[in-house]
Amino acid sequence: MSLTRQEVEKVSLLARLRLTPAELDLMTEQMGQIVAYVESLAELNTDDVEPMAHARDVSNVFADDELRPSLPRDAALANAPHHDREFYLVPAVLGE
Amino acid sequence: MTMSLVRQTATELLALLTTGKVTSTELTQAFLNQIDAHEGQVNAFLRVDAQGALAHAADIDGRRRAGQTLGRLAGLPVAIKDLLCTAGETTTCASRMLEHFKPPYDATVIARLKAADAVLIGKTNMDEFAMGGSTENSAFKTTANPWDLSRIPGGSSGGAAACVAAGMAPLSVGSDTGGSIRQPAGLCGVTGLKPTYGRVSRYGLVAFASSLDQIGPLARTAEDAALLLEVLAGHDPLDSTSVDLPASHYTETVRLPLKDLKIGLVREHFGEGLDAEVETAVREAVKVYESLGAKVVDVSLPHGKYGVATYYIIAPSEASSNLARYDGVHYGHRTDERQLVTALDAERDALVKAGKHAEADALDNPLVRLYRTSRAEGFGPEVKRRIMLGTYALSAGYYDAYYLKALKVRRLIRQDYDRAFEQVDVIAGPVTTTTAFKLGDKVDDPLAMYLVDLYTVSANLAGIGGLAMPCGFGSDGLPIGLQLQAPPFEEERLLRAAHMFQHATDWHQRYAPLVP
Amino acid sequence: MLLDPFRPGSAGRYLDEPQTVTAPYTIVIGLEVHVQLQTRTKLFCRCSTKFGAPPNTQTCPVCIGMPGTLPVMNRHAFELALETAIALDCQIAEFTKWDRKQYYYPDLPKGYQISQYDLPFSHDGHLQISDPKDRFETKKIGIIRAHLEEDAGKSMHDEVAGQADSKIDLNRTGTPLLEIVSQPDMRSPLEAKAYLTELKLLLTYLGVSDCNMQEGSLRVDANINLHIDTPEGKIATPIVEVKNMNSFRAVERAMEYEAERHYQVWLETRQRLGDVPKQTRGWDDAAEVTRGQRHKEESSDYRYFPDPDLVPVRVTREQIDAIRANMAESPAELRNRLESTFGIKPYDSDVIVSAGRALVDYYVELAEITGDGKLASNWVQQDVMRTLNEQKIDVDQFALRPKMLHELLAAIQQGQLDTSRAREVFIEMVASGRSAADVMKAQGIEKVDESELIALCEELIAANPKIVDDIKSGKQQAAGNLIGQAKKKNPNVHPGRFRELVLELVARM
Repeated sequence: MSLTRQEVEKVSLLARLRLTPAELDLMTEQMGQIVAYVESLAELNTDDVEPMAHARDVSNVFADDELRPSLPRDAALANAPHHDREFYLVPAVLGE
Repeated sequence: MTMSLVRQTATELLALLTTGKVTSTELTQAFLNQIDAHEGQVNAFLRVDAQGALAHAADIDGRRRAGQTLGRLAGLPVAIKDLLCTAGETTTCASRMLEHFKPPYDATVIARLKAADAVLIGKTNMDEFAMGGSTENSAFKTTANPWDLSRIPGGSSGGAAACVAAGMAPLSVGSDTGGSIRQPAGLCGVTGLKPTYGRVSRYGLVAFASSLDQIGPLARTAEDAALLLEVLAGHDPLDSTSVDLPASHYTETVRLPLKDLKIGLVREHFGEGLDAEVETAVREAVKVYESLGAKVVDVSLPHGKYGVATYYIIAPSEASSNLARYDGVHYGHRTDERQLVTALDAERDALVKAGKHAEADALDNPLVRLYRTSRAEGFGPEVKRRIMLGTYALSAGYYDAYYLKALKVRRLIRQDYDRAFEQVDVIAGPVTTTTAFKLGDKVDDPLAMYLVDLYTVSANLAGIGGLAMPCGFGSDGLPIGLQLQAPPFEEERLLRAAHMFQHATDWHQRYAPLVP
Repeated sequence: MLLDPFRPGSAGRYLDEPQTVTAPYTIVIGLEVHVQLQTRTKLFCRCSTKFGAPPNTQTCPVCIGMPGTLPVMNRHAFELALETAIALDCQIAEFTKWDRKQYYYPDLPKGYQISQYDLPFSHDGHLQISDPKDRFETKKIGIIRAHLEEDAGKSMHDEVAGQADSKIDLNRTGTPLLEIVSQPDMRSPLEAKAYLTELKLLLTYLGVSDCNMQEGSLRVDANINLHIDTPEGKIATPIVEVKNMNSFRAVERAMEYEAERHYQVWLETRQRLGDVPKQTRGWDDAAEVTRGQRHKEESSDYRYFPDPDLVPVRVTREQIDAIRANMAESPAELRNRLESTFGIKPYDSDVIVSAGRALVDYYVELAEITGDGKLASNWVQQDVMRTLNEQKIDVDQFALRPKMLHELLAAIQQGQLDTSRAREVFIEMVASGRSAADVMKAQGIEKVDESELIALCEELIAANPKIVDDIKSGKQQAAGNLIGQAKKKNPNVHPGRFRELVLELVARM
């Protein structure tokens, strides 16, 4: 299955990446090669195989519901590209 | 002093420090001098904190003179891969996205190093977000292999390996998602260990692929790696995947040879694509083990050939999700919004004028455009490629064919190892197919670059430990690496096996030409 | 006559149809409820979940989603969620895992929400609803699933111009949320409201959530469509999701409005389920209308996948049994108990149980010592609840404890005073904190001797021949005048007994 430029463009929106037309062309070609390569997995029969999402089979790891100090607000906002010392600021998101 | 300080192992240096033969200040200065002399050629570091390191060294010296109890690594310089968060200090992941990011907290391993009184001398260069095998994907600089400055040091922990090989730090902390410790260690002729998944806390390690990432030591010798791992390893309640087992005292056991060692040689490792010199060096290394009483057993990892394909579905999928947080809202790079809004308005006007109303309606809203542009500006091409791949593999209609399929093959790969380790104690083999290639050789061929990970990705997929160390040199004068792999949580076995080899050989005592 | 199709509140009357004919359709409603669980700390970090703190003061690297941070599951949050699911008679999964739901929004700092996708920790339960006024039959509403997830932060928009920057507060980010998804089992806006009311009551009784809608700790989204009877058979209209309903009343109104709007849309377009993508509409409480929300096609591709940073949870049968054994009595169980033990009606048990567990305890104590569940129920529902309301206090803070109130009720039972005098005594007891006996003494209330009462009655009969004639001619209510006169002469006269005497003596004349 080969990837089309339209598909790649759609993925770029899902991934929130803006690609120039030239980047889109190159991305389509390179992703196509990589996808063709990884499709070698299709030749394996994995019907009865349990998927392995974690490297280790452990369960039930919890933390107690005990309060710890939060960050001071100025420290929390210190890395924000745009803030008003109270809030993070972004362009109006109405209509999103 | 008969031997230059920067040539000595961390274990030797620690002995000099504890016996008062050298101060941490002198030692730190010696490594800083080597950085001053050769960093311009090697470019192993993104930032060197000379002042901070010397101040810290002086403090430790003072405390030592005052007879205070000091930490396990007291006074030893340690270099840190720039994806471990250091409180209040820039942590960039070699990305424009995080160029000015100062985390408000320390990674667990950083806290452990600080508690051990290590002297943190600087943050090392890497492939952006640890994605790459040559360190050429750094947004800031290209690191050179200290053995041949026209060659890559490997990656993604290229700076971490190069700084040890160049005598700029005795110990260095890296991370390994698909080979990122072992491969540069192999290509730079140092010892690097990727522990079992869960052995070292990932808290504060900027994630690439969470189910594969693992932090580990790079050093000159297995003994030194044991020393550093002893400090790094241990349970962390802040990481749900961290193992709740006491870490062994690796330094106490590392010198003990393994009796009746059974070494597995993987049939599939010695096929097409493996450079003849590399094969010869690996087979010679196995003979060394035989001479030490080990028995060699032929084993098979039949699904190993699917490792790279499996890896390049799982790792990008997780990465596409882990890197979604870089949206320019809470931290990291954000594009110039005013310019963006103006440009967007102009685009819309032009489309409307041209009568293309549907296209005008389909334009990104300002927020979406802010995300897309900030991310496009903040990430380099390889990071974008992997985000795109991962997003695609997880998207509706493809999940089962790619991501789910890869998770199933991942289990097959793990089962191969489980079967092999029923027969053998460790698996030995090559780290890479060739010695270090030339800078620029593979930058335009992502798939070729991915295939470099052929021998290393499976350990990450299976979650087992792996170690790389030098076992010879090619006719090009470049180091050849030997990889050892062991069942989960058998770091002690890996380190002891490596030490046996290093005790019998001197490949690890060869120095790159620029080490005085 | 053509009714305004968008005028809410007139479901069932359309176009020129006579108003007595019921609607030619069935309303089908399913509800998705999100409740914040009452933990001290967030689901994946140990920041406070307290409502109302200054913006961005309850965050840490984990809930800001800073690079390198990792989530660790709050044990208490999982336990509360488990208890709720068990109370909803859900099946508990032996194995459950956490998934990432991926979308970009500024109040979602990681770019994904940790939630549960294909293996929620619970599924297939139910909640029984009934109407004390019998407007619908008692029925079980199915619960498809209940799962645990993290809340997002809050975005504040410039409502007027939409030009100024939006402000993001991450205090709420990571607060544990239980999402409870019902089957589309509700057949009227009233049933939807009843389901929500019962669910809220249950959650409050379990103590798992404060369910405060104003503070956002309970949020409701509704899915609604119609099944319309047509000559070709029953057809289903496209499902619409309705959001932004800020009270149960709003849910009821929005559902009424939507049902009518759906029918009109169907009349115009004849669109059936599957013809158009699912639409999302927001309820405008002031205008009492729903409005379509813009919805990009791609935004629904959430790319769920198992969160590699969190490990699965396994729940054992023993754990479930232990939770069930220690679980508080549910509102439904309580109502049944009150009705069977004290003989009160469903309407009354509903009022008492709906007022909360503390009031139930108050009632039960009063009913037990008084030995008259109905009398206790009347006093609790009327006088006690009114006083609590006036004083804006909980029953725990109410000074008049059941034992004290019992003294007053006993005096009524013994005929020492009538209801209206008892009410005066009650008010004085509340005001002064004194006992019933003290207040009655101070007000000079004592039982009038029977012979004294007969003498007074004879006196008044002799003095009011006209009234006596009226009574004789069958106007028994004329006795009231004599009762009034008697009370003027002696306020302690018990009106009931006096009335009996008057009628008796007049009859003998």
